[in-house]
Amino acid sequence: MGVGIQVENLNAWFGKTQALRNINMTAEANHATAIIGPSGCGKSTFVRCLNRMHETIPEAHATGRVRIGDLDVYNGTSAVAIRRRIGMVFQKPNPFPTMSIYDNVAAGLKLNGFREHKRLDDIVERSLKLSALWDEVKDNLKKKSGASLSGGQQQRLCIARALAVQPEVLLMDEPCSALDPISTGKIEELIFQLKESFTIVIVTHNMQQASRVAEFTGFFLLGELIEFDKTEKIFTTPSDKRTEDYITGRFG
Amino acid sequence: MPEKQTAGSTTLPPISLWRRGKNNFVTFAAMAAVFLVLLPLGAIFAYLVYKGVGSINWAFLTQTPKPVGEEGGGMANAIAGSALILAIASVMGVPLGIGAGIYLAEYGQNRLGTLIRFTADVLNGVPSIVIGIVAYALVVLTQKHFSALAGGVALAIMMIPTITRTTEEMLLLVPNTVREAAYGLGVSRWRTTLSITLRTATSGVITGVMLAFARVAGETAPLLFTAFGNQFWNWKLNQPTAALSLQIFNYAISPFDEWHRQAWAGALILIVLIVASVSAVRLAASRGTLKGAN
Repeated sequence: MGVGIQVENLNAWFGKTQALRNINMTAEANHATAIIGPSGCGKSTFVRCLNRMHETIPEAHATGRVRIGDLDVYNGTSAVAIRRRIGMVFQKPNPFPTMSIYDNVAAGLKLNGFREHKRLDDIVERSLKLSALWDEVKDNLKKKSGASLSGGQQQRLCIARALAVQPEVLLMDEPCSALDPISTGKIEELIFQLKESFTIVIVTHNMQQASRVAEFTGFFLLGELIEFDKTEKIFTTPSDKRTEDYITGRFG
Repeated sequence: MPEKQTAGSTTLPPISLWRRGKNNFVTFAAMAAVFLVLLPLGAIFAYLVYKGVGSINWAFLTQTPKPVGEEGGGMANAIAGSALILAIASVMGVPLGIGAGIYLAEYGQNRLGTLIRFTADVLNGVPSIVIGIVAYALVVLTQKHFSALAGGVALAIMMIPTITRTTEEMLLLVPNTVREAAYGLGVSRWRTTLSITLRTATSGVITGVMLAFARVAGETAPLLFTAFGNQFWNWKLNQPTAALSLQIFNYAISPFDEWHRQAWAGALILIVLIVASVSAVRLAASRGTLKGAN
């Protein structure tokens, strides 16, 4: 089951440059929340703060409070433990190039000390089925490298890899920006199904995509969360002038 | 992508004869360079075969040297000694070199890293005889006699900088997105480095290790007063030990024709063994590679 996310007074920096200013937001459990905004507005930084990936960049740091379910992300929990409960899918498909398809999906479990080999087969199969890749790869699971798949397949492989560790939240940072419309369609369908079991936060440049997959949408501009509301409201009757300008294409 | 210029294009002029000529010339020059580079290698190998193959026989590969004046005898103890010294050098040099390379690539973006890089580059340029002296001072003087261990230490010191720098470069070639994928799965940093980054860079790291191995396998100077050489069998790490390169050196500067012939044969054997061990490692490393892996 997914869990909700509460963000309070989140600030993030790259060295001395502030990338996020005082973000407050709540994402509901088992729903998809879309993050939109022009390039460089802090969307990616925002999701990377949710699982503390932000701090892996040299000189980057963040302050504030993030609660994911009962987990206080910035207080008393190690970054590694948090990332095990929060899956992440990146902008560019990044399968492990030297691993087979099977090992790619199993990587999160194996590298974290999971030793029940019999259950592993089941988990790999279920994860690949969830990400709608199973039928395309089931004959070559251990023979082919993850890098041998097409871009869209690689991205679904990365989703399966994230799902295999059974996270409660799935963060997707522009997961379709490198994909063609057919692969994008498949991943959007997938998001619909995944909502049943996970809470999803998806960053996207594509406003149609936000309106198709997400119940809630947040609009970021220059490191600030300008408006956060039901997707329908954001796209029909936004309350802030800047949101309206952005979604009607007057800037950005 | 080679694309044919459409006939009616007005923006780009057709590809001129001069330009095609230049293209052919550069291709030819590159091929000629390859040939020139390979020529010395082929020539050396051919001459070694010509001079040495006649003296290679079963006795050469299984017996120890005979005293001057007696026909026959071989370099079996030197072949084994070389293998022993190289094994010692690899056991010490490969893990240290790879470890230092990992530090430089994953943690070394600081002053200490810069210092280590500089030190490794200088060490790479130190004449091998000087490294022999270092091993002499470190091991031979403290142990009070020449030994295989001292030879191994000298060769290990020579291997480390090469392995360190190539390991670092190969790890830096691994895209950061691959590391992030592992971090995103909740994999700790050290595990990511060992199981993901290093594994992704394996083939490059092995190339570095084999380059270092092949380089020190033929070294003579650092062994002169460390391993010292030995006319008999020795398997003890703390005793003077024969090595192919030393044996070749001693035989080549001797005044006896029979020893000259044996030196040629020894050189041929040395090259063949180096090529064989490098190929064997390459083959073993490529066996697990998957279809489509890059």
